[in-house]
Amino acid sequence: MKPDSAYITGIGQSEVGVRLTRSPTLLTVDAVKEALQEAGLTLEQIDGVSTYPGRAAAFLGFSPLGADDLIEAMGIRAAWRMGSGEISSQLGAVVAAAQAVRTGMCRHVICFRTVYEAAALANPQEWPPLKRDTVEGSSQWTAPFHAYSAANWIAQYASRHVKYYGLTREQLAQVALNGHANAARNPRALVRKPLTMDEYLSSRMITTPLCLYDCDRFTDASTVLIVSAGDALDEVKCAPVRIDAMAGTVERESWDQTEFMASSPTARDLWKRTDYKPKDVDTAQLYDGFSFLTVLWLEALGFCGTGEGGRFIEGGRRIALDGELPLNTGGGQLGAGRLHGFGFAHEAVMQLRGRGGDRQIPGDPRVAVCASGGGPLATALLLARD
Amino acid sequence: MSMQRPVPRLTEENRFFWTSGADGLLRFMHCNDCQAITHPPQPLCRHCLSENVAPRAVPGTGEVYSFTVNYQKWMPALDVPYVIARVAIDGAPGVLLTTNIVGCPVESVDIGDRVRVTFEQQGEIYYPLFEKP
Repeated sequence: MKPDSAYITGIGQSEVGVRLTRSPTLLTVDAVKEALQEAGLTLEQIDGVSTYPGRAAAFLGFSPLGADDLIEAMGIRAAWRMGSGEISSQLGAVVAAAQAVRTGMCRHVICFRTVYEAAALANPQEWPPLKRDTVEGSSQWTAPFHAYSAANWIAQYASRHVKYYGLTREQLAQVALNGHANAARNPRALVRKPLTMDEYLSSRMITTPLCLYDCDRFTDASTVLIVSAGDALDEVKCAPVRIDAMAGTVERESWDQTEFMASSPTARDLWKRTDYKPKDVDTAQLYDGFSFLTVLWLEALGFCGTGEGGRFIEGGRRIALDGELPLNTGGGQLGAGRLHGFGFAHEAVMQLRGRGGDRQIPGDPRVAVCASGGGPLATALLLARD
Repeated sequence: MSMQRPVPRLTEENRFFWTSGADGLLRFMHCNDCQAITHPPQPLCRHCLSENVAPRAVPGTGEVYSFTVNYQKWMPALDVPYVIARVAIDGAPGVLLTTNIVGCPVESVDIGDRVRVTFEQQGEIYYPLFEKP
């Protein structure tokens, strides 16, 4: 154990579903309790709370609970807290927590991401939807052209891949097919049914070249990761997973002014901060809110060259559970549900602890990379079980 | 796309851009010191930090840098399909304007297509859209 490092200790997850009736506060508490139990910690030992993006008042289902809300709801004595969208992406909340424990601000931090979009959409009286008639800030550069969704913005990066690198629909499909196949082995996954190539190819187009199965869908769930200080591990019962390196670099805070997404500089910076190399990685858990983002992460992290992502995943063997780089082993967001970034770190820890059950990858995995985000949002974590 | 377009809230910084089409010209924030264009507009040049910036007209032509054909009805009133594109603007190196390509079949649009600005007025806003010649 390295006393000056940060570790992920307890992990927890609520029920995952669509249009759940259990409140987002209770879903979060469910996930917290599971994480505490696994870590063998009590709530009294928790002294930090971190979340992304904080309570989003304008669009409540997207982030119904802030750090302050959880502190109040559970009576946490917080020596440090953070809830913000102006960080490197969803897993930026884990980066912040790691920095906090490494600087002695606190010892055990609850990091959470709670999503309630499916339930909110079904109940607009209780959860008023975002007003779109007037726009300001960065949305004024997309929404006036009916480019409302990140699907539209990301599709335009994908269309350049199609044009210049020959990315095919059959190649891109492998992210969704792999995710569904793995989700079928994950008892908590949102979707438990494998997807066939025919179903993928015949599904309706959302925004070319992305079809229905390239896009995750609104999910209600909470995911918790407890980040603990290296000198507090004697209080913890579970096998700690060390955060070996972290990165979250942005070169242009924009969805449309860039050739490359923030995943590129983020991945470069990640490898500068570790002795591990891509070949040392036993499993990759890479953001697939839209399938094409996974292709970009694979390229950015150096598992293949720029433009080679389509050929890298072609046929799906290489990224399967028994392949050379098992990818999104819990199903990713396309299969396990839109847990919004936190699911990738949760699954990495499951695999590194050998707790994957029917989806456990073979061998003795020790190193995992996980990443969240697209566009100007990007965080990468390299996790190691020493 | 008969649905009303969302209306940008006009500010001191963006007003010139969204009302520029009134005289048929597309304008971007130009630096009088280093000659670079800053977009989105702001009160200083993002390249040299000079405050000596002012809106300047560009020729109104460009090239499709990337695009997508949107089929999803994000709102019930939205007519689909339509083309969303990022256009590389002639005279504004590095600027990629998100816009729509209009006036042609959606399947006829490709990366590299030459396009020209056409404005769609809605209230005081002139939305810069592009069409193929």
